[in-house]
Amino acid sequence: MNAKATQTNPEGSAQKEAPKSEGKRRQVPRFFQVLLVPALAILTGFIIGAIVIAVSNDAVIAAFQNFFHAPSAALAATWKAIATAYGALFSGSIGSFTEIYHGIQSYYATGDGKPFLLAIYPFTESLATVTPYILAGLAVAVGFKCGLFNIGAEGQFGIGALCSAFVGYSIHGLPWFIHLPLALLAGAAGGAIWGAIPGFLKGLTGAHEVVTTIMMNYISFRLSDWLLNGPMKATGYRPLTPVIEKSAMLPRFFPDPQRFNWGFILALAMAVFVYWFLFKTTIGFEIRSVGANPDGARYAGMNIVRNFVIAMTLSGALAGLAGTSQVLGIDHWVGQGFSAGYGFDSIAIALLGQSHPLGVVLAAFLWGTLRSGATRMQSLAGVPLEIISIIQGLVIVFVAAPAIIRWIYRIRAISTQTIVLTRGWGK
Amino acid sequence: MPPVLELRGITKYFPGVLANDAIDLSVEKGKILALLGENGAGKTTLMNILYGLYKPDKGQIFINGEEVSIHDPSDAIARGIGMVHQHFMLIPVMTATENVMLGVEPIRNGIFLDKARVAKRILEISKQYDLEVDPQAYIGDLPVGAQQRVEIIKVLYRQADILILDEPTAVLTPQEVEGLFKVLRSLVANGKSVIFITHKLKEVLAIADTITVLRSGRVVGTVNAKDASQEKLASMMVGREVNLVVRKKPASPGAVVLSVKDLYVRDERKNLTVNGASFDVRAGEVMGVAGVQGNGQTELVYALTGLAPVVSGGISIMDKPVRHSSPRDILERGVAHIPEDRQRHGLILPFPVRDNLVLCTYYQPPFAKGLALQQKVIIEMAGKLVDQFDVRTPSVFVPVSTLSGGNQQKVIVAREFSRPIKLLIASQPTRGLDVGSIEYIHNRIIEKRDEGTAVLLVSPELDEIIALSDRIAVMYKGKIVDILPAAKVKKTFLGLLMAGVKPSEALQEAPATTQETEVERVF
Repeated sequence: MNAKATQTNPEGSAQKEAPKSEGKRRQVPRFFQVLLVPALAILTGFIIGAIVIAVSNDAVIAAFQNFFHAPSAALAATWKAIATAYGALFSGSIGSFTEIYHGIQSYYATGDGKPFLLAIYPFTESLATVTPYILAGLAVAVGFKCGLFNIGAEGQFGIGALCSAFVGYSIHGLPWFIHLPLALLAGAAGGAIWGAIPGFLKGLTGAHEVVTTIMMNYISFRLSDWLLNGPMKATGYRPLTPVIEKSAMLPRFFPDPQRFNWGFILALAMAVFVYWFLFKTTIGFEIRSVGANPDGARYAGMNIVRNFVIAMTLSGALAGLAGTSQVLGIDHWVGQGFSAGYGFDSIAIALLGQSHPLGVVLAAFLWGTLRSGATRMQSLAGVPLEIISIIQGLVIVFVAAPAIIRWIYRIRAISTQTIVLTRGWGK
Repeated sequence: MPPVLELRGITKYFPGVLANDAIDLSVEKGKILALLGENGAGKTTLMNILYGLYKPDKGQIFINGEEVSIHDPSDAIARGIGMVHQHFMLIPVMTATENVMLGVEPIRNGIFLDKARVAKRILEISKQYDLEVDPQAYIGDLPVGAQQRVEIIKVLYRQADILILDEPTAVLTPQEVEGLFKVLRSLVANGKSVIFITHKLKEVLAIADTITVLRSGRVVGTVNAKDASQEKLASMMVGREVNLVVRKKPASPGAVVLSVKDLYVRDERKNLTVNGASFDVRAGEVMGVAGVQGNGQTELVYALTGLAPVVSGGISIMDKPVRHSSPRDILERGVAHIPEDRQRHGLILPFPVRDNLVLCTYYQPPFAKGLALQQKVIIEMAGKLVDQFDVRTPSVFVPVSTLSGGNQQKVIVAREFSRPIKLLIASQPTRGLDVGSIEYIHNRIIEKRDEGTAVLLVSPELDEIIALSDRIAVMYKGKIVDILPAAKVKKTFLGLLMAGVKPSEALQEAPATTQETEVERVF
């Protein structure tokens, strides 16, 4: 909670006597240090995941019962179980290189692109899954940078999705270059309002954002239940909205069933925008100052309330866009329980990405590809989907508690800046 | 008889620095050893080695002539070493008794805590060593001096023979320092030994028997307190002659820049701590606000800088009222503020030096064009300021948290002085700094005064106030009780006013002025 706690240097300063030219050399290891812990956390997550796969595999257990007679067979069975599972996970999320190669060959030989498209299908499907994760992860990261813990990404995601869907299906006859931006804006605006309310409450009354965003989540869930069963319900029995107009859809790059669409480009563009906004603008400077030391920010003449509101509005808008990208690019309608899981996943991604836009994009890639490869792993290797949740959970535990990773790999702690996740109650 | 504690050749490396280099040191039974050195000299590292928090790379530790190795604090405690940290390790919502027994709780009837026994023992200890403490009091309700006494009792309860006190006076008022010294004297009279870590020369001479001076990890020398002088110790510490006197021309005051009339301000707990203070500060003069800490100085400064709301009364800067102005409005009128707590208010610790140097001006041209920060301009300007203000930092890109306290303060001074300013509000500008940095910052403040800036200096260090000020306002219980010309004021007279004696009565006890013209600035 207190910035002073980060100062553990022996007797003040180690650099006191250091010559000034050393500055540039020191920058490089710092950069690697930032990447080192998440990378090792991922590695460790996969290693423990492998152990879980092995011990839950019947063939492996059978082979180990015979371990003293045929130890090599037991080890081979273990290896086979792990290799099959992770191999299937890889081919399910990235694809098979041989198939891709053959696809390219057949395109040149016959001019038929279909085998190629089929070969890259797992990869494009992963990218489609990654898209909302990037946007939602960015949303939580912006909150973290201002010292705010936005647990409400899920609600903002849902409201954004509903708003964009409404604009998408209720307006007819617009050309796409008006209808699509309008739908995107509606989604962002819906999320922004849903995020701004806790921001205002925090700034004006001191109500803690963790509590208010959770409450806003519940409001959004019940609101969408009502809307999907009433005003926004399409004809039929199920609680779904009508399908949106074609003019509001994010265009897809490839013919069906490939769902990879322009939402992905939008997500990357938003990552660049968030980076620029946080690190290159005066507002971003203020947001980061308020996040790192609100007392210092106030001393410097910054308006704390305004920054809380700006950060929460942007955070909500990004979460809303995440929902929007899913509606306009993938599903084309909204159903009940649509946003489930995105709230907590986005927190995990922001943590793993160390609240930096680039880190968030990389973490979202990991998350999305694991999720989309998991199904394939289940069908090919018979490994339950839940293994992926276990690996993801472990990665987050290790990222959140870097001391474990430092202890396992004997890395000396350096005084990198600690991220302020959120401040305590009241003060 | 061998010394109670002897260190031989203690050496400790940290990546890139030699924190302790072959340090020899010994403490006699019943004596006070002062470990003197600037910030970063290696005092705390050495004591952390002794307390088992760090492992030395080389060297031996002897206790009562017997070589020992200390692996962790429990080892140290078992061997009779006790440490009172600079930042107290107390739990505010617990009573003194509960804090003292924490970790060594005595048990009654198998499962019940025996608080009564601990409380009794505390009273015994407090009687024996003159350590006045109420065992039933909650730590959070106690003043800092009493909290420190609880810390000392905690150490004595664990039967320490050697007490290490790390910068014990940094957080105390002058009166509390006197009380602490009394306790230390009674401790050594009862056969305990004390290691007193500090960088304040005056205290060392007042309390220590022997003084060991450290500089950049090495022992510069060990002297008897009787044979030492402040000048000698200061030059040993810093490694060069130190100008202990602030040399300044007489002030040439101009127009009134800051005018405070009948000001009332509440503190964070909503108590009225500024009770109708009135004074003026003119261009080209230093107005010192003297007073024991907690008499409303902090809130006065907060109100002047927009950090705390004004309850009633008037503040005007350059003839314009500032009653409900935001910190930024006040800043933009040319007010610079060196805050009392540099880490809480003055800096964003995880941010690089460069960003901290533009903390108040980042939104103005040339540092920003519209919304876009001009990184190149900022880096260029930061480089210049770092050179100009002699900030010792590897580069402008490292987090300001990695700098020493003195260099952090220089970052603040560089930032505030590089703006065009009309009024400088400096609150404890040299708190916790070493002699070299103090000298530097004092000279800069006088430089600003000579350029025609109005300076309001708030400090509990009377010597600092006397050395720098042209006029001195004494603050007591939220009021300015008297304003005196600084040139010939007598310290004892100020002391009486600070203690709440009325000016007319104080005059009868001590003369207000003295014939000495130059006042020594000593810490």
